[in-house]
Amino acid sequence: MSDLLVLSGILIVVIGFLLRLNPLLVVTIAALATGFAAGLDPVAVISAFGRAFNENRYVSIVWILLPVIGLLERYGLQNRARALIGQLKSATTGRLLLVYLLFRQVTAALGLTSVAGHPQTVRPIVAPMAEAAAEQQHGELDEPTREKVKAYSAATDNVGLFFGEDIFIAIGSILLMKGFLEQYGIILEPLDLSVWAIPTAIAAFLIHGTRLMLLDRRLAKNPSIVRAERSRGAPAQTPLDAVYPERLPQAGSRRARDERGEETR
Amino acid sequence: MIGLPWLYALAGAMFAAFSLLSVLDRSNSKRFGNAAFWGLLAVSFFAGDQLGDFGNGILVLCLVGLAGFHALGRGNPPTSSEAERADYSMRFGNKLFLPALVIPATALLGTFFLKDSGLIDPGQVTLISLGLGVLIALAVCFAWLRPPALAPLQEGRRLMDSVGWAAVLPQMLAALGAVFAMAGVGEVVGGIAGEVIPEGNLFAAVATFAVGMALFTMIMGNAFAAFPVMTAAIGLPILIQQYGGEPAIVCAIGMLAGFCGTLMTPMAANFNIVPAVLLDLKDQNGVVKAQVGTAIPLFIVNLFLIYFLAF
Repeated sequence: MSDLLVLSGILIVVIGFLLRLNPLLVVTIAALATGFAAGLDPVAVISAFGRAFNENRYVSIVWILLPVIGLLERYGLQNRARALIGQLKSATTGRLLLVYLLFRQVTAALGLTSVAGHPQTVRPIVAPMAEAAAEQQHGELDEPTREKVKAYSAATDNVGLFFGEDIFIAIGSILLMKGFLEQYGIILEPLDLSVWAIPTAIAAFLIHGTRLMLLDRRLAKNPSIVRAERSRGAPAQTPLDAVYPERLPQAGSRRARDERGEETR
Repeated sequence: MIGLPWLYALAGAMFAAFSLLSVLDRSNSKRFGNAAFWGLLAVSFFAGDQLGDFGNGILVLCLVGLAGFHALGRGNPPTSSEAERADYSMRFGNKLFLPALVIPATALLGTFFLKDSGLIDPGQVTLISLGLGVLIALAVCFAWLRPPALAPLQEGRRLMDSVGWAAVLPQMLAALGAVFAMAGVGEVVGGIAGEVIPEGNLFAAVATFAVGMALFTMIMGNAFAAFPVMTAAIGLPILIQQYGGEPAIVCAIGMLAGFCGTLMTPMAANFNIVPAVLLDLKDQNGVVKAQVGTAIPLFIVNLFLIYFLAF
């Protein structure tokens, strides 16, 4: 029974996240509770957590990249990324997202995880382009279809990021694994770990890419879209940028920055 | 010889600058909260090894207190306007990606060529090379773009403020994992898992590890938190020590099996709920639903990759 008590920290994490409490607070309380359950006194528990925090400082080293990324943003890095994606206008929804998937995986694998993301690229560029591509091909979209296209845009960003970034040698999860194994006397270089992310990255591209191609087929077969198309008489021919001008807020805007979240998996 | 302390001093200096610039930023109503938060991090990087375990513990509690009581705001460092950025982007073209690429390139080259140079702690060569890459990239930017002297620090603070308290969450989760390990959470979970795994069945052991990573990640909303627990419970004692699995493969692909769990849980709010809000989806779980069809087959692929590659 006392054995099971050390699992209380897990329960606290689950409840804390469900209640949407501040994750730092939840993690700290979980660590303290677990320490108490293991029979340590308050000073010993705080010390244990402090030592663990101090030993894991290398996990936060990645933030030293920010001055360079910020500086390049100042000189138009994001605009450049947008222009690059913007050259893919004639694609279908599925193909457009497929190219974005590849772009996201490759840049993440090079450590450029913050070149793209939900606030920076998905909301202002990728989702509107995916919607516009669907409309151009199939006519006016019904609401569920529009939702599906947007959800796939967000999903493609996540899949690309998750299964690209572990190929980069200095990403948080690779450093976490290296540090963890070191505690057990297994010394590995980050590169030893990151090369093994490549097979999964390829599989992720094939699986998600196939689903994106299937999305194109499903969009073509969707009866409600075809109906909407007939009622309109002809498919939309509007240039993509003119379809959703209001959907292209500036990526560096206050709102977009407010909505940018944290970066752990 | 250059080691981790050199890198920690660099990070410490950066956070100290963020702290100082925050104090001076009157546009941020919570500037003292920001200054205290980044200042404490600077102390942690500079003096973490001198503070002692209890001192570090108090420092962490202060960081958590600042975050928990919403003491952090967002500064408005001077930066370029959107019009200027569009103009720069036209002027500098795709070459803008090059300074960013200097960092991974230096990290990679350093890992290969500086390991036996005697200049750098061989155990930390990648991280040190990364820090070196940052300095080289900054030098390239200064020579090419000629920004104001404080621009990298102000721009870094702009991004850092947008990340906010979440910046220390990965480190905090790593610390939680260490506390879990000390308290024996892994052994308890492993004990439970051990009763589930049929004796001598390698595939069942691999499957339990992979399923555990994905399930635990879904519960915790984070593969970083699941990894130390599941690896201490099953990965190390059973897959690596008992069956002789390759540690790098078991861990690297095990982590990716966990990422498949991240795709399937609303607990990973930043990736699955925030975008739903951002894209005005009616269904809060729309992104998760779009991901399940990728996550499940990819999870199965990961399971087989561990089984066939690691043993």
